[in-house]
Amino acid sequence: MGSSIPVFAPTDARPLPAVSARSFARGRRAAWLALAGMVFVVLLGVVAVAAPALAPYDPVRQSLRTRLAAPALTGPDGQGHLLGTDHLGRDVLSRLIYGSRVSLVVGFAAVVMGGLVGGTLGLLAGFRGGWVDNVIMTIADAQLAFPFILLAIGIIAVLGPSFPTLIVVVGLSGWVAYARVLRSQVLVLRSREFVDAIRGLGGSAGRILLRHVVPNVMSSFVVIATLELARAIVLEATLSFLGLGIQPPTPSWGGMIHEGREYLDTAWWISTTPGIILMVTSFVVSRTGDWLRDILDPTLRGE
Amino acid sequence: MRGFLPFLGHRLFRALIALWLVSTVVFVVMRLSGDPVPLLLPPDAPHSEILRVRAELGLDRPLPTQYGVFLGNVARGDFGRSIHFREPAFRVVLGYLPATFELGLTAFGLAVVIAVPIGLLSAMRRNSFLDHASMGLALVGQSAPTFFLGILFILLLSLKAGLFPTSGRGDWTHLVLPALTLGAFSMASIARLTRSAILEVLRADYIRTARAKGLSELLVVAKHTLKNAAIPIVTITGLQFGTLLGGAVVTETVFSWPGIGRLAIQSIYNRDYPVVQCTVFLSAAMFVVINFLVDVSYGLLDPRIRSH
Repeated sequence: MGSSIPVFAPTDARPLPAVSARSFARGRRAAWLALAGMVFVVLLGVVAVAAPALAPYDPVRQSLRTRLAAPALTGPDGQGHLLGTDHLGRDVLSRLIYGSRVSLVVGFAAVVMGGLVGGTLGLLAGFRGGWVDNVIMTIADAQLAFPFILLAIGIIAVLGPSFPTLIVVVGLSGWVAYARVLRSQVLVLRSREFVDAIRGLGGSAGRILLRHVVPNVMSSFVVIATLELARAIVLEATLSFLGLGIQPPTPSWGGMIHEGREYLDTAWWISTTPGIILMVTSFVVSRTGDWLRDILDPTLRGE
Repeated sequence: MRGFLPFLGHRLFRALIALWLVSTVVFVVMRLSGDPVPLLLPPDAPHSEILRVRAELGLDRPLPTQYGVFLGNVARGDFGRSIHFREPAFRVVLGYLPATFELGLTAFGLAVVIAVPIGLLSAMRRNSFLDHASMGLALVGQSAPTFFLGILFILLLSLKAGLFPTSGRGDWTHLVLPALTLGAFSMASIARLTRSAILEVLRADYIRTARAKGLSELLVVAKHTLKNAAIPIVTITGLQFGTLLGGAVVTETVFSWPGIGRLAIQSIYNRDYPVVQCTVFLSAAMFVVINFLVDVSYGLLDPRIRSH
């Protein structure tokens, strides 16, 4: 196809959408909301990093005298447990604060891993086409073809639950989302005139991919990564809840919900406080992804 | 131009590839787990006995041969004997299947019966309070972790309000909470998609024509909108039915529901790998079959798809 007329490569491959006053107002609202969502994630990160300074107690210190103490400013031992204590007398608030570390570390590590694997495969499939594309997309379809949680459970059951296993399993569960979206965008970009122009000017495939294709798919990548972060945090909590994730006594939100289940009738706070925090986190992060998509890439809406 | 049969053939081929990949992954994971023979025998079994059982199970043969034998067995529904139940794994799993179907179908029915009318009403009364409230709730439902929803239901509707039993399988009251929990995500997704599909159709020219010729709003929706909005709704509904199977693992564990999801988790704790493999493979097979049926119903609903 190589076009011989040199043209300047546009910095953005998509045509600018027509902006009506209404959609502009909508975009501004989405921008503020997305910013608020990111502030929430940053705050959660601060809590996770500063856990030793913020937590009022040692999250694994047991105290049989103060078992199942209700949330109160001052407890039976004269010490306050804002969110009560669990069946081993451990402070729920402190465990909640430390638990955010597990959620964020596994969540972000899984997103990085899924993004690297899925992003690379998606770029490759879209750019190379042919049998490479066929093989990658067949595997992607097969993975989408069954509930991943069953496979995750099978793998963890065999390898044994550990931090690295958890990250790999949660990370690999998400690669398909990146691969499919990036592939379809690269397919469109590949046939654009500016790619032909660069090729005509002697630009190598690597240069086209890194300098011209990757910057153009970055915004979609960020949107998917945000949505995937919410999914990864929930999946980690689910696996920990089933006893296949983070093992006790390390505090994790899913594990706390599991431990509090038997005391739901008498000590509701053990399960519900981490559950509500998990629910809010998942809601805010996934909505942030939606808002980012509205700002950065409205064409992704159907995905 | 392609006819309906080649379309079906192509879909069937993809479904078979997916099943083959799933069984290969199951085989690889099983081999990663190491030697299952010591699990089958008492700890003081002599070495000769271990070798005998290993030969009996075909574990002394080269890996490619084992892989071929494994694929043949899977095709015949033979997943080996359950270590815990001491009968064929396939038969064990089949015994737990009705409970999962009962829960899955109820959850699915509940989701469709509640979500489609809500989506329809939200679209017809766009930007009303009902629209905002139900779509807000749907967003929460889509992001809420299933297992915690179940625990909230148990706490509020069972322990505090005393309306339903907390766990187990029995009369219809036992079904309500697990079905709501399992169906929540699907309900939210179906409601949101129904709303946007109906809104999409309501913008079409033929709807303006129908209104212009004086048809009542009810007739416009009943005769012209629903049928045209059906394809995306059927797609998401079918896909949701598939994801219900995955959600069953979590929901069945929370509510102690005796289905294959809970069986899978318990078998993991019992290190009963034949049963785990069988549940993973059967769920995948059901998922693939459902996706295939969704594709077929596509072709039936919209003849244009066959020729594309």
